[in-house]
Order: sequence, then C-alpha cells, then structure tokens
Amino acid sequence: MQHFVIVGILVIVMAVLTYVGLDSAGLMPVQASAQAVSIDWLWNWQVVAMSFLFALIFVPLVYSLVVFRRRKGETGDGEHIEGNTNLEITWTVLPLFLVLAFAYMGAYSLGEINRVDPDAIEIKVRGQQFSWTFEYPEYGIVSTELHLPVDQQVVLLMESSDVIHSFWVPEFRVKQDVVPGRVTRYRITPTLIGDYKVRCAELCGMSHYKMENPVIVDAQVDYDAWIAEQTAIAAAAQTPEAIGQLLTVKNGCIGCHSIDGSKLVGPSWLGTYGSVREFADGTSAVADDAYITQSIREPLAHEVAGFSPSSMPPYTALTDEEIANIIAYLKTLK
Amino acid sequence: MKKFFATAFARGLFWQFIGTLLGAGLITGIRAAMGLSVTDKFFFTEPAWVLGGFIGVLFFLGGNGAVTDWFKWARGINTPEVHEEKYSGWEKYFSVSLDHKVIGIQYTVVALALISIGGLFALIFRTELAASQLQFLTEDVQLFGQNGPQLYNTLMSLHGMIMIVSILLGVSGIINYVVPLLLGAQDMAFPRMNAFSFWIAVPAAVLLLMSLVLGGFDTGWTGYPPLSARAPVGMQMFFLGVFTAGWSSILGALNVIATVLRMRAKGMTAMRMPIFVWAAVATSLIALTATQLIGLSFQLVMFQRLFGMGFFDSAKGGNPVLFQHLFWFYSHPAVYVFVLPGLGVISELLPVFARKPLFGYRWIAMSSLGIALVGFVVWAHHMFTSGMNEYLRVPFMYSTLLVAIPTGVKFFSWVATLWKGKIETPTPMLFVLGGIVVFLMGGLSGPPNATVSTDLHLHDTYFIVGHFHDTIFGGFVFPFFAALYYWFPKATGRRMNETLGKIHFWMMTPSFFVLTLGMMRIGLLGMRRRIADYDPALGFDTTHLVLTIAGYLIGLSVMIFIYNFFNSIKNGEKAEGNVWNSRSPEWQVPSPMPMHNYDQPFEVVGEPYDYGLADSKYVEFSAPAKSAHK
Repeated sequence: MQHFVIVGILVIVMAVLTYVGLDSAGLMPVQASAQAVSIDWLWNWQVVAMSFLFALIFVPLVYSLVVFRRRKGETGDGEHIEGNTNLEITWTVLPLFLVLAFAYMGAYSLGEINRVDPDAIEIKVRGQQFSWTFEYPEYGIVSTELHLPVDQQVVLLMESSDVIHSFWVPEFRVKQDVVPGRVTRYRITPTLIGDYKVRCAELCGMSHYKMENPVIVDAQVDYDAWIAEQTAIAAAAQTPEAIGQLLTVKNGCIGCHSIDGSKLVGPSWLGTYGSVREFADGTSAVADDAYITQSIREPLAHEVAGFSPSSMPPYTALTDEEIANIIAYLKTLK
Repeated sequence: MKKFFATAFARGLFWQFIGTLLGAGLITGIRAAMGLSVTDKFFFTEPAWVLGGFIGVLFFLGGNGAVTDWFKWARGINTPEVHEEKYSGWEKYFSVSLDHKVIGIQYTVVALALISIGGLFALIFRTELAASQLQFLTEDVQLFGQNGPQLYNTLMSLHGMIMIVSILLGVSGIINYVVPLLLGAQDMAFPRMNAFSFWIAVPAAVLLLMSLVLGGFDTGWTGYPPLSARAPVGMQMFFLGVFTAGWSSILGALNVIATVLRMRAKGMTAMRMPIFVWAAVATSLIALTATQLIGLSFQLVMFQRLFGMGFFDSAKGGNPVLFQHLFWFYSHPAVYVFVLPGLGVISELLPVFARKPLFGYRWIAMSSLGIALVGFVVWAHHMFTSGMNEYLRVPFMYSTLLVAIPTGVKFFSWVATLWKGKIETPTPMLFVLGGIVVFLMGGLSGPPNATVSTDLHLHDTYFIVGHFHDTIFGGFVFPFFAALYYWFPKATGRRMNETLGKIHFWMMTPSFFVLTLGMMRIGLLGMRRRIADYDPALGFDTTHLVLTIAGYLIGLSVMIFIYNFFNSIKNGEKAEGNVWNSRSPEWQVPSPMPMHNYDQPFEVVGEPYDYGLADSKYVEFSAPAKSAHK
C-alpha cells in the first residue's frame, strides 16, 4: 500500500512539473488568427493529457527499477502475479472515455475553424514550383505578396499549376494542400498585424525549401492604401512592357527566373533577350522572339546548360499577344 | 575473395547485372526498330531501364539458385526434402539455405547493412542542415545528374525507404529465427518459399540504391503524384524496388501464419503460445493483406509514366488524391508491421528480466490483434489537409484515436509486470526499458496528429518527424537491439560484450531523446519537413546544430554495436547454456542449435511466464527413447 501512495504522489508531482515545464517553454509560434485560438486551446489540453499520461507510466516504471531491482546476492523470482481482470478493464474503459472526449473536442474545434463569415473576402491563390501568386479578382490586382486586412475573414481559393503544394502560415496554424485540377479553400481571420510568410509544406520538388512568399497582415487603412496603390499600378499598365511585367507575376514566372541576374531554378532574364544561349548538348541559339515563344510553350525543346527544363511546365494557355507583351518586357531587362 | 565470388549472393548480383543489360537491350532494340530514341540522359531510355530492372530481379533469383528446386519439380525431377549444408563457415550465410535459422541471420545482417546505409544518408543531409543556407549540397554541385538540393531530396527520400525495407527485413529476421524455436517446430512451414522471400529482397535493395545514381527522385518515400510522375528515371527504380520488396513481405507473412497454425508443439494452445508469436501473427496478417496496396499504387504511377495512363493526372480526368488513399491504406498499417514485433519482443523479454509473470497475457495478446485490426481503418489521418472530402475527416479522427486504447493496455501491463519484480538490467533489458520509454514519447505525441484541428498545424512539420522516429525507434529499433543482444548466444554460443552493449545504450538513448524532442520543438515553431534549407530568420540554427551532433552520436553508437556484433561471433564469452535463466523452450537446450532445432520434441505442460511459481514448468522434453518410438 505504501508503494502505491508514494507512486501516486510522485505521479502528480511529475505531471504538474512536466506540464509547467512544457507550458513555459513556449511551444507554439505567435498566435495570429482567430482559428489559431481554437487550435491552441485544444493543444493546451493535449499537453495536459500528455503530461499526466507520461507521468502515469514513467514514474511507476522508474520507481520499480529502483525499488524492485535485484540487489547484490539476491536470488529467487518476483511475486507470482498473473494479472488482474478488473484492472485491465479499468485501463481499457477509462482511456476510452478520455479518447472520446478528445475526439469530441477535436470535432468541436474543427467546427470553430470552419465557421463561415458570409462577408469573407475572396482571394485567388496559385501555387507553382516554387512560388505563390495572389490575385484579388475584385480589383484586378496580381501580386507576389499576400496582403490581408486584420480582423476580417478571407477565403483563399487555391489552385496549383503543376504538383501538390500546401499553404501554411505557422502563425495562422491552419494548413491546406493545393491540388492540381481542383480548387481547395483556406479560410482564415488574421488577428495580429505583422509580417509573416506562407511556407509550402508539401514537398514539391527541387527548390521546395525556397517556396516562401510574404504574408502581410495590415490595419484596414494600410490595406486600403495598398489596394489603391496596386490598382493604380495595374491601371497604369497600358504599355506592352508593363502588361508583360504583370503577366510574369501573374503566371509565377519570376518564382524561377530572376530579373537581377541571380541564379534561381531557371536562367535569369537579365540581358537574356538577344543573347546567345548555350545548350547542354553543345549547340547554341540566339534568344530571339521565336526562341522565347518556343521556350514558353515547349520548355523541353532546349536544355540550357546548367538548368533542367523539366522543372518548367509548358505555358500553353498564353495567347500570342500576351507572349508578345512578355517579350517586350524582357527586352527592357538589360 | 574467390570463395565470395562463388557464393549464391555474388552469383545473384552477377546475373542481375546481366539480366538488367538484357532487358534494357531488348527494349532499346525494339525502340531502334520502331525508329524511337534509343539513348537518354542515363544511357538507356526510361522504359529500357524499367524492363531491365525487372528482368534483373528474375535473373538474380534464377542465377543464385533460390528457385532451382521449383524448376526441377516442374520438370519432374525429384530433389531431396532437405539439402545437406554445403558450407559451415561464413559462406553458409551467402548461400541459399533452407534452414530458418540461417535465413533469419541472413535477413538480420542485410537489415543491419541497410540500416547503416540509410543512417549514412541521414548523416549526410543532417550535416547540411546543421546551419541555415546551403553549405555543401549547393546548386553548383553536380553528382549522378543531380545538383545539391536535388541530391538532398534523393538522400532524404531514400533514407525513408531504405530504413523501411531494413525494418521489414529486421522484423523478418527476428521472426524467422525465433518463431519456429518458440513453437518447437523443425523449420518454417515452407522452407523454399522462406529462402525465396529473403533472396528477392536483395535485388530489391539493389534497385532502390540504383535510383540514387539514375537521377534520384525528389518525392520523399511517399512518392505522391503528380510530382512522382515528373521525377527523373530514378523514381521508376524506386517504385520497382519497393514493388519487389513487397513480395518478400507478403510471402514471408504467409509462411509465418502457416507455421504458427500448423507446427506448434503438443499442448501449445493459442493462449499458451509465447507472446512474441501473437505479435508475429498480428504483424503477418497486416503484411499479408495490405502490402499489395503500396505495390499497386506505385505500379499505377509506373504505368502512368510508361504508357501515359492518366490514373492520377487531373488533365486526363485522374485524381491525385486517390493515390494517397491507396498508398496510405498500406503505409499506415505498415507502421504496425514494424512496431508489433518490437512490442512483442518487449513483452517476451520483460518477464524474463523482471522475474515475474507477464501481467495480463490475454490482454496483451488481444491488444496486438486489436491494433492490427483498427490499423486498417485509420489511413486517412495522413490526409487531413489533402483536400479529400471534408466530412471524412471526423470519422477518421475517431478511429485513429481508438488505437490509443490497445496501445495503452500494453503500457499499463508492462508497468504492472515490472511492479514487485526482481528486476535485472543486463543490456537486452536496458534496450527493452529504453524501448518502452521512447515508444511512450511516440505514443503520447501521436494523438495531437490524429486530432484534425491540431493536425492542421502539425502536419508535414518536424513535429511529425520527431513523433514517428520515436514510435519507430521505441517500437522497433530498441527492441530489435534488445532481441539481438538476447538471442545472440542462442545463435552463436557466445554472448556479446556487456560493456560495449552498455556504452551503446547510454550513448544512443540520451542522444535520441535530444534528437526527437528537438525535432518536435522546432516543428511546432514552424520547421517544415523535407526541406534542404530553412529560413535563418526562424532562429533554428542552434537547435539544428545540436540535432546534428545528436545524430552523429547515434551513428557512432550503432557502429560500436556493429563492431561488438561481428567481433563477438568469434571472440565473445562462451555462453552455451540458459544465459538469461529463461523458461522459454529454446533456452532449455544447448546453444547453438543444430540444423533441425530440437533433438527431442517437447510438450507444453504449463504457462509460458510462470516466474515465481515454484516447481512450475512451461515445457517438458520427451525422453529420447520415447521420441524414437514416436
């Protein structure tokens, strides 16, 4: 009996210490969305349960090792106890209730996360190897930064150009895969103004680790100002060069092609137009209109030395006029 | 060296090489005749490599003699039921043997070799992660047609699958060696199929490693399309390797079930079987019925690539999420294939070293079956964020959390077994105890992933990476080492060095806690899994450096183990008797065991774990004369 009392006390002490230790370690990143509140609430209860169950097994195990160890010179066996059906039933049934309680809490918390605000702003998100593009259909804006107004639910309508990606902002907690051939939804209500990053969480190929774009939660006035600024830029884009530049953002080209000469997944565009391209098979060609058009529509036609053309999907949906605009833009990159 | 080239192992590899060239040459010839391209980046075209890889496996098995008897029978030639062992030394283990003990050791040694390779891969990419920014796997590096980040992805992906195959082989190794001994059987039910199951795993491992040099693949071990439909030709070698290894698993499991059903000693009723046998049956039921799904899902992607069949191509009406359902229908239960035998080892060894009966034998036996059955209806918890139908998520959350119940029964029963025992702690027991605690960490970090809303944050982060390394180390690696230390004297008549064993344990265990707890910590804070590099702004540099050092310490401890293992075969302390003072039948006879195990059959006359009950016996050997009469 004495053993049980000691172990009982130790279990409680250990459970409390474990919980306090874990809790004070700051396990989660900053909480920046309404959905995170419900997830963190459940997580906290899970940490409580983990701490208790850890103590419940670990303490009697260590206690037995110390108190019931074989001492020097001791022979013989332990007590002949084969089992105890009541105990077995107890530790089958009690955990069952615990598990059901947590499953219920999980379902409840999921309901909270999915709560729909009919006034949610819709933003289109496109994932492609290896960047994100954001489109605000209401304003005709395309951007590589996701700006969100604080305390306003948004629903992201997400599509993929190539493989599976996953939209995750750790501070928002929620994660949703982006699957080719369908639209997945990501509903979030940012609650904390600040700069975050969306980080692709589903392995999507060579430069998966680089697939991060800024997510900026603004106060309503700053958000409105940004929208106004971007709308003005989009409206001003009347020249072929400016339209072409927007197209390269919208289609995610600049995720892989830099405009400052740095090497990303694909060749940089700086000074590309009109230059001589060296291919892996030793041949070469001048990057003229025909070459660039072909490279956009059939990336596999040429393998530029040092790059893998299979990284790029064929962009067959672009019209001749759009490609002409892109070429006009490329010509300005010198 | 000359002796080595004459072994079945070397002949198999030679014929696999020839077969691969022939198969690839055949396709290349057909393509040339059809006017198609005949060479590609890796010399042969992709279809040529695939058929080559497949023919190579067949040639390996034909060339090394694993199927010779079957062919002879087909041609009406009789062969002896039992072949005389041609070799007595190390060559025996490189030849085709029908003795379950030899096959068990073959499995185990190949598993150790693959663990070393998989571990080496882990240390390479762990080193890259020690600091943010790419240090040596940069984009300027070129090796095997891959640049640095691609090579990172390949090594990371191969680490996963090589380890999984090594675990499957390790599981088979222990089961093959131990189960017939525990049952009192002369051998497995189908010795030739047993040899076949082992030997087919060897060319499978070769195929997996070939993927590294044929451009690699960047999908992780999960191979999700559409990414896997675009990856280099290495992807196909990976698919083919897994497909081939699956045969080993399925046929091996069939053999175990038949053996347990048909070849138990007299008096060994279901509830008097050693508890490890229950675990072996539970694991075999899963392996027998679920492995097909990973083989088929990979085969479908192979065909999508080879023949343009759009199973998972949304542009052709296919569905990428369907793959995930097929894949996880095996790959989740597979986790229980890994851990059930390990948990069986824990249950088998605890009573021996606690000197007490196993607490709640029936409950532990049934909990293994319970885990196996529930394991079949939980697969979609890997897909909570995948975009599958939303209403499916809640029922899968409930079913997944149910796994905690039978797992809890095991934990409580283990603790109750230790309670009031007379606990000894030689090396095998240390690994058993380490296994329990590590598996406890894995078990407790599981439910947050099973609960949909918290999983939305945890999915695809280092939290998961830490969680499953805990479950696999606690559920397989620690018990595997315990089993090796424990049954080593049975196999060799010598025991492994205790001091080195304790160094192994005390170096590996703390390092492992640091490794997995550190992984979970940064995972919660935003570290995605499977990334070659991480944002320095996250501030994970110090933690990653510590994790890398911990990884190296684990590697070093395993090297100590491997040295101890091979050194003790010749130089270990003699131990031919009942080293651990166990009641189990295999320890009642001298070590090592002769070819057909027991000289006299035994009868089960009591409970297996009645430690502490005076004058009780588990088995009774019949007198020599009586057995002759029989």
